Amino acid sequence: MSQLHTVNKSPLDRNALESAIQHATKGNAVLMIEDGVYGAMQGTQKSAIVSDAIGDISFYVMGPDLKARGIDEARIIDGIKVVDYSGFVELVAKHDATQSWL
Amino acid sequence: MSTKKFLYVNRKAPYGTIYALESLEVVLIGAAFEQDVSLAFLDDGVYQLAKGQSTEEVGMKNFSPTYRALGDYDVNKIYVEQESLDARGLTLDDLQPLTYEDEDDDWAEKDSIKVVSTAEMAEIMEQSDVVMSF
Amino acid sequence: MALDVGGKSVETDEEGYLENRDEWTQEIAEAIAVSENLEMSDSHWEVVNFLREYYEEYQIAPAVRVLTKAIGKKLGKDKGNSKYLYELYPYGPAKQACKIAGLPKPTGCV
Repeated sequence: MSQLHTVNKSPLDRNALESAIQHATKGNAVLMIEDGVYGAMQGTQKSAIVSDAIGDISFYVMGPDLKARGIDEARIIDGIKVVDYSGFVELVAKHDATQSWL
Repeated sequence: MSTKKFLYVNRKAPYGTIYALESLEVVLIGAAFEQDVSLAFLDDGVYQLAKGQSTEEVGMKNFSPTYRALGDYDVNKIYVEQESLDARGLTLDDLQPLTYEDEDDDWAEKDSIKVVSTAEMAEIMEQSDVVMSF
Repeated sequence: MALDVGGKSVETDEEGYLENRDEWTQEIAEAIAVSENLEMSDSHWEVVNFLREYYEEYQIAPAVRVLTKAIGKKLGKDKGNSKYLYELYPYGPAKQACKIAGLPKPTGCV
């Protein structure tokens, strides 16, 4: 089973991202959306949670949500792929199941 | 009626929840009553002031330009917590400048944003008569 | 509610504010003015255009106090006072001019 985990909360406000990563198994994907996109930024107190897991888990972040919040793509952690809405749909279709971390 | 010191505390990121927009609207409504108003941005609230917000693709209203009108509403004490910026890898340069024109200084344009430490923020909270949290 | 402008129907809320700001035209503005018993002079337009620019920049319709001050700064002291603005818009400059400008009711205006 290959699961997609979506996270829509800021990692500096809630532990949804941290918990999603802890519960994601090798080969799973994590997609950061809405306030979850703050988790994709370099240089935050929580950046290491993502960068430490980047070999085992594929990370994606919603581009439109980055733009809304004024986050330049140059400031996201290396290895995270930026997707748009159709990329979101493709990710959902590609995985056997989707789990939302709210 | 004596003037009370109002402090609006903003701790949430914009767009993901309604808190940031609600707070801004309450501040603007409250400012019409000419009270002594201060705004505090800490924790994820500092994200509200990020420059370069562009919401076209998410289909939401971009309310970040409205913060720039606060000076017109005589809301010019805007405190941003240093520790909150640090935790998010942000500096003052990542925030949009907010200014006001100082009536007592020949309408000179001045910065409204002041970066303060957690200890200073605690003192600002302590000295407020009314604290509204968002 | 709807307003009839040149045979076209334009949606408004129950107080007469445009539902969709993007639909605004000068013709619609004139029609709203008529419903407010106002005849649009150059001075009326000056305030309406000012409000539209203000909204464009800050994404809000300013409260009357802010409008008065900002008009004074931009168009001169003789216009930046409530007497002048209330003469143009007797039922409230912010309220009436915003309606004509196709903007939402000013924040803080109840």
